[in-house]
Amino acid sequence: MAASPSLTAKPMPEQRWLGRPVERVEDATLLTGSGYFTDDLPVRAGTLHAAILRSPHAHAEILSIDTSKAAARPGVVVVLTGSDIKADTDPFIIVLRQPMDQWSLATDRVRFVGEAVAVVVAENRYLAEDAVDDIRVEYRKLPAVIDPLRAIEKDAPLVHPKVGSNVPSERHFTYGDPDRRFSEVDQVVSLTVNYPRNSQTPLEGYVVVADYQPGEGVYDVLCNFQGPFTVHPVMSKALRCQGAQLRIRTPAYSGGGFGVKQAIFPYVVLMCVASRRTRRPVKWVEDRFEHLAAAIAAPNRIIHAQAAVKKDGTVTALRFEQIDDYGAYLRPPMPGPLYRQHGIMTGAYGVKDMSITNKLVMTNKTPSGMVRGFGGPQIYYAIERLMQRVAVELGLDPLDVIRKNLIPAGSFPYRAPAGALIDSGDYQTGTALAERDGGLAELRRKRDEARAAGRLYGIGFAAVVEPAQSNMGYLSTIVPVEERRKAGPKGGNVAYATVHVDCLGTVSVTADSLPQGQGHATILSQIVAEQLGLDPHDIRCNMERDTQRDPWSIATGNYSSRFSSSTAVAAQMAAIKIRRKLSEIASQTLNVPAEQVAFGNGKIFAKDNPDNSIRFSRVAGTAHWSPGELPTGMAPGISETASYSAPELEPPNDADQINTSLTYGFVFDYCGVEVDRDTGAVRIDKYVTMHDAGRILNPLIAEGQIYGSFGWGVGCALLEEFVYSPDGSFLSGTFADYLCPTSCEVPRPVILHMECPSPFTPLGAKGLAEGNVMSTPVCIANAVADALGARDVKLPLTPSRVKALMGETERPPRAARPVSSLKAPKAGAKATAGSGTLTVPVAPEVVWRALFDPTILKRTIPGCHNLDLVAPNSYRADVSLGVGIIKGRFAARVALSDLDPPRAATLSGGLEGALGITVGSARVRLAPQGAGTLIEYEYNAEISGKAAAVGGRMLDGATKVLINQFFQRLIAEMTGGAAPAGEGKQSWWRRLLNALGLGT
Amino acid sequence: MLELKEGQRHPITMTLDGQEVRGLTEPRMLLSDFLRQELGRPEVHVGCEHGVCGVCTVLIDGKPARSCLTFAVQAAGRRVDTIRSLADKDGKLNDLQSAFRRHHALQCGYCTPGILLSAEAFLRENARPSEQEVREMLSGHICRCTGYVGMVDAILETAQQRASAGTP
Ligand code: FES
Ligand code: FES
Repeated sequence: MAASPSLTAKPMPEQRWLGRPVERVEDATLLTGSGYFTDDLPVRAGTLHAAILRSPHAHAEILSIDTSKAAARPGVVVVLTGSDIKADTDPFIIVLRQPMDQWSLATDRVRFVGEAVAVVVAENRYLAEDAVDDIRVEYRKLPAVIDPLRAIEKDAPLVHPKVGSNVPSERHFTYGDPDRRFSEVDQVVSLTVNYPRNSQTPLEGYVVVADYQPGEGVYDVLCNFQGPFTVHPVMSKALRCQGAQLRIRTPAYSGGGFGVKQAIFPYVVLMCVASRRTRRPVKWVEDRFEHLAAAIAAPNRIIHAQAAVKKDGTVTALRFEQIDDYGAYLRPPMPGPLYRQHGIMTGAYGVKDMSITNKLVMTNKTPSGMVRGFGGPQIYYAIERLMQRVAVELGLDPLDVIRKNLIPAGSFPYRAPAGALIDSGDYQTGTALAERDGGLAELRRKRDEARAAGRLYGIGFAAVVEPAQSNMGYLSTIVPVEERRKAGPKGGNVAYATVHVDCLGTVSVTADSLPQGQGHATILSQIVAEQLGLDPHDIRCNMERDTQRDPWSIATGNYSSRFSSSTAVAAQMAAIKIRRKLSEIASQTLNVPAEQVAFGNGKIFAKDNPDNSIRFSRVAGTAHWSPGELPTGMAPGISETASYSAPELEPPNDADQINTSLTYGFVFDYCGVEVDRDTGAVRIDKYVTMHDAGRILNPLIAEGQIYGSFGWGVGCALLEEFVYSPDGSFLSGTFADYLCPTSCEVPRPVILHMECPSPFTPLGAKGLAEGNVMSTPVCIANAVADALGARDVKLPLTPSRVKALMGETERPPRAARPVSSLKAPKAGAKATAGSGTLTVPVAPEVVWRALFDPTILKRTIPGCHNLDLVAPNSYRADVSLGVGIIKGRFAARVALSDLDPPRAATLSGGLEGALGITVGSARVRLAPQGAGTLIEYEYNAEISGKAAAVGGRMLDGATKVLINQFFQRLIAEMTGGAAPAGEGKQSWWRRLLNALGLGT
Repeated sequence: MLELKEGQRHPITMTLDGQEVRGLTEPRMLLSDFLRQELGRPEVHVGCEHGVCGVCTVLIDGKPARSCLTFAVQAAGRRVDTIRSLADKDGKLNDLQSAFRRHHALQCGYCTPGILLSAEAFLRENARPSEQEVREMLSGHICRCTGYVGMVDAILETAQQRASAGTP
């Protein structure tokens, strides 16, 4: 077993640490559970806890909110609603000048299921959640619009009526003369793709602790925000405070981010208000349902793509029309995903002529936000599916079509038509290397054999240019040139790092990269250790950030794979400054010029005579203890901060060309998949991924990033999607509904590397953490398309979708059975329906009387706390019910109608509570059977809100359990017997099994 | 037998990482919350609180259990082990933890304590597991960062080393 190079290798003078698989400096802490995450960090005594009430509706007007009962509960300190937020804060600034105001709580309307409506602040989380159930909100439901294609129609319901349309921005761009190219060519290949809504959903959710300090009007906030700090001014302006009055502190450890933790900012503002109102610190920890339903998702996107193609497969022009779905609100930096790729919309290809139409669409879904890949998965899905179609339609090999169109080797730096300045690359060598070292010929043979044996086997390819380090000015491409001129040029991406040497010679580093597991501390240690002749494990990195004490810029943060070409460069620059300073100090003692001084093995020495040396710590001590001994003119102390922004990140020009990112890596993938004829399951047989990410700083960490993004890419391809029913109910509220890939679904990919260092970054490194989330979904889709000969392949490729592609549409697993005499549930809502019979040993008249007796009903309805007769045959009740993992209190209305005593009655009504809304009806028929009664019932109900989102799969079973409980208790009432044995003591599962007839 | 009343806090004891501890809990308090909030053990993480992700895994009487699906009172009188039971008291990593570091089996580290505990329990029962068996065991956990490759390798390597050293 090769031991860690950092632990065993004797660093020679001028040891190189970069490029070596140094084990992570973060790991010992994390492996022993002593890496503390935000929720684990100490809070001030007296900290309160918040719980949030969320909308059960996709679209509704808020008529009234009654918080009195919640506010009166013991332990509750305050309940805030939209009117409080409107009084205390300004709406969030958005990228477009459009009347789409949004606050941290809904004010007059709710626009998606899960939107925050009220917040309870209490002594602990349990009490706060109890009180949430006691808030009564009266809504008036409005028609919701979920499908972006419906949303762009003229008569669609409007998400933001003041905008007058669901398309607040539409821009058209032309580069070269695409129309001419399209008219010249032999063939036009067209394809429409529909990329799903998903998110990498970090395992640690959002955590905010806000502490308002009235003396200076400072909001001191600890939160697991990941940047970029472009939203810092958005938050401080909302809070009506100066930037410096909003102190954001971020922790050293964060449980995954993937972009998602940028969108914590509305909650930061909300908790700041709560703290200011209560004059106590307020803490909020997001739960999984809140995260899935209401954090953010990558926008789902429909792309109409066209290629102008010559007979030999040469693509001469491209056209894209993109319809990108931003959900209910445009939260900064949205619509980033639509523009982050803008400069590189030609992908890996040398196409010169292109047109792009970008439509930004609003729907009644969770707002879109930053997710790893940031627009890349969507556009590459279109480009690479289109290239596969070109091959199919022209009868060519897909790899030949890719090769024919790649940007020619030797033309780098290459200016793509929409403005990307691709720094370096050799795509031909990359694809050849992958073909040879990944075993493509063997894979092709395998496919032939499988097909000969009648199996469904396919090969897919994908070529992707992976942008990294976003140009902070790219989003201004969304506004026309004239508007941009007025606003002034935006570009660049400023990074900071500080290297500090203490009096004993210990080196510490702070930097602005806000990592969430990417091993930044390790790489910073390597960089600094290399400059100063130390061991990486001797460097202490503190990755916390504090806007009141550390330098920061709008670009600060962890996103767009920015680290290795920005923060890492700043750290190298700071380390070089330290090295220069120490060299000069040491040169006095060593009696050699500063340029002749070298560093290694914890020593500083004369390059030509390593024996002429002095300990590193000794030199450092001089700077601290004896400033008088320093060379003349040298500043005392030894702590250096460097900042860096690459000049290549220029603002967009007047032709709408924008160099959207600083570096552009190359990823070339292929894979073989087999589709199971019977189940439709897709098995990834082999996956090869070739990366040119410039210079690799740490191969261990680089491969980890590739494995990780590949893993999520597999999830996107096969499993992950946020599902909404057409009425806007959210159906993916648990990890049992939103499926993340496990170790059984993610195979081990073959990773290959080549290195074309970037000439634009001092370390030569590019990004590599996002490439596979762009390449893998489409590569797998291309393989499935190849296996099935299919054209319209939609992700995720679940077995039922694959079966549908194979021409066998499966019956949806939980089709509501039609119930004869009842109104069918509205199409699109989450529905449950059923029927049953049972016999009771009393006459129909007795049953009938019981059904109309409020005191008996109160005792027999499961979870009923009280029940009042509000009108003849009409009741109002307060009940506690649970479906699956969730339980809540509901206000119930039930009316009995169509009475045919003592033979039949219809019960109709609804339940309304924090967990959702149910409306439904049931017909009950009573018929004499011997001395007893045969009771027949049938019911149907539609369910929305949290119950639909998290309990969906259990709904039918749970409903049966409740009905069964009701009748059992009714029987017990009527026969004078006790409640069914074990009631209240049986486990939920036991009761369910009994009800389903499976109990023992 | 403990008589439980809603809203009341009851004293319970358990053996936590080899030490007897006492705490007060309401009947409805989850073991995960009890360990984190009452006993000050934040190394027990939670990721979903509905039993799917495995982040909250601890060992109860040596068997992996989801602490978010267990009430604190259910662990009364039992042996509960967390990630702290693995490294020695000076923080020296055990062989499995070191293998995780060598194979870069963790990124953010949020899922890691739960996975290490499941893997330890698994290795006690399966001295020579196949890759497929390791993957099946791991499929009770979600990791969003790593793609699982490093963990699979680390667990297989540890099994091999333990088997050849005769220390299952
Ligand atoms: S937190 Fe317990 S399984 Fe997810
Ligand atoms: S390492 Fe981040 S979730 Fe597993």
